[in-house]
Amino acid sequence: MKLVAVSSCPTGIAHTYMAAEALEQAGKAAGHEVHVETQGAAGSTPLDPAIIAAADGVIYAADLEVKDKDRFAGKPFVDVGVKKAVHDAPGVIAAAVAAVEAGVPAGGPAAPSAVPVTKVDRNAGAGTRIRQWLMTGVSYMIPFVAAGGILIALGFMVAQFAGGSDGVIEVTDIPVSHLLNDFNATNGMDWAALLFQTGAVAFGFLVPVLSGFIAYAIADRPGLVPGFVGGAISVAVGAGFLGGLVTGFMAGFLALWISRWKVPKGVRGVMPVVVIPLLSTFVVGLVMFLIIGQPIASLMTGLSDWLNGLSGANLLLLGALLGAMMGFDLGGPINKVAYTFAVTGLATEGLATDAVQYQIMAAVMAAGMVAPLAMALATTVRKKLFTHAEQENGKAAWLLGLSFISEGAIPFAAADPWRVIVSSLVGSSVTGAIVMAAGSGVRAPHGGIWVLPLISNPLGFVMAVAIGVVVTTGLVVVLKSAKPNEIVQAEQAADAEALVAA
Amino acid sequence: MSTPLITPDLVAVDLVATDRDDATRQLIDLLAAAGRVTDADGFHADVRAREAQMATGMPGGIGLPHARSSHVTVPSLAVGKVAAGVDFGAPDGPATLVFLIAAPDAGDGDHLKILAALARRLVHESFRTSLKEAGDAETVAEIVTREVVPS
Repeated sequence: MKLVAVSSCPTGIAHTYMAAEALEQAGKAAGHEVHVETQGAAGSTPLDPAIIAAADGVIYAADLEVKDKDRFAGKPFVDVGVKKAVHDAPGVIAAAVAAVEAGVPAGGPAAPSAVPVTKVDRNAGAGTRIRQWLMTGVSYMIPFVAAGGILIALGFMVAQFAGGSDGVIEVTDIPVSHLLNDFNATNGMDWAALLFQTGAVAFGFLVPVLSGFIAYAIADRPGLVPGFVGGAISVAVGAGFLGGLVTGFMAGFLALWISRWKVPKGVRGVMPVVVIPLLSTFVVGLVMFLIIGQPIASLMTGLSDWLNGLSGANLLLLGALLGAMMGFDLGGPINKVAYTFAVTGLATEGLATDAVQYQIMAAVMAAGMVAPLAMALATTVRKKLFTHAEQENGKAAWLLGLSFISEGAIPFAAADPWRVIVSSLVGSSVTGAIVMAAGSGVRAPHGGIWVLPLISNPLGFVMAVAIGVVVTTGLVVVLKSAKPNEIVQAEQAADAEALVAA
Repeated sequence: MSTPLITPDLVAVDLVATDRDDATRQLIDLLAAAGRVTDADGFHADVRAREAQMATGMPGGIGLPHARSSHVTVPSLAVGKVAAGVDFGAPDGPATLVFLIAAPDAGDGDHLKILAALARRLVHESFRTSLKEAGDAETVAEIVTREVVPS
């Protein structure tokens, strides 16, 4: 028989692990396969979902709340506490086997559900965890931005094609009732409106999804309802993504706090389905509508006005700064801050078609493409400056760069951080500034060269990327030539010998 | 591992104690003398608080007082052999082998893996027997160091 178990104890250093060992040993002695997840102080490695799926039954040898208990839903189980598992593991195994033979507990959910993953490492420090909560929200939001943004952009493209120069404006005025009652499959403007309306609805989810999944990352499932509702309220009161960030964190911590209340056993069953969502949602609503909704809305308006008021040199500076941030740590925290700033900007309500937010997205995307492309170019034009491994990475970096995956340059930055990062920083900020100057904008949050048809002033965008790439390539070649790399020289010496020997 | 979990000076082979609190205190004093616990009274209070939650006696004559505490500098184990036995609340009688586990409060996961490995070894009858049979402090410390290897 296959069993899984979870052990935990108040201190998390002794009984958790003794129970785990005792259960594994007792299981082995009785001819059963037992896998134990130790939810203790030395970090907890979650059981492989495949192992859970294959398990016949579950043993809870836990004195603390079992983390992510949903994973085991629907399986027969025994709940014995940690002490019994330490003192009488064979007895516990026997009880679990008996429970499995008695069958699935009545009333339990039929099957374990797939649980959305979060990027949260429970053992990380406070700063890291805040970033991970935020990135969980952002990562669930991005597909909505992508689907919505690209549909809207396609709608505009079709509108321009079918309705001429005014089509872009007319398409937003076509009411939904027209699509429902009078859709004409041969009319390009109708198709454009269909694309636009569908994209607009998808965009409506951005802030709720952001808020909901931040709360989910913090509090697991109990955070979803107050998080989503808080995000929707934020949209309703005009507090936008700033409000959504606030409601996400507020809802998450509220739900987490309420879920830790000590309540009588009878009430515990209805806590996750009724009490936590009800209370936390009400509190989030109260706080948003009555207290902080208005101030955040004013702040949002201020931010939008400020961005749209930027012009000339200031705009170039903003582009250069965001570009530098994109190029600095290539997918690290600073890069993500710039990217998040751009993506959440897309979620702003009621943007004009040439809003600065779209230019910011374009600047960030272009800048993020520079480093991997420059590394690819540098390995092509100056092979001798790079190791064999880097030359291989360079080939992959072409595709990664074109697809706006900054991480493609990481192998280079890791091997020679100083020279690569300085070069990338300069080239990326040049690109960011040029995009701003060219006025390119994009509604899609990702895609690189593949969303080029959706980018306004595509030529300017491509020029900006190309110039940045040339700058970064030039710098990295100069810097690397100034101080030859020992590994590279050793490799070349070996190659030369091999050539002579042959 | 820079600092070993246990050294011979953390082993008391002939501990005489009136009760579990006294036994615990004597072992805490060993840790304090070795500089592994900065505040013996403070750590003692933490261990008492843990012991009050749930007695740490185990079948087979084992007492296992332990705590995570800000007064601990490095994961440590002190071992006391109490020939006369001292009650740790185990169902089958007094403990003759007392393990005091001290874990730093701020320790990260890797830091505490050694203690997890120790706890896992403690479950094995053969490990406990070999410690009970060990005659002197050096042997006890050597057995622990040899057997407890973080996975």
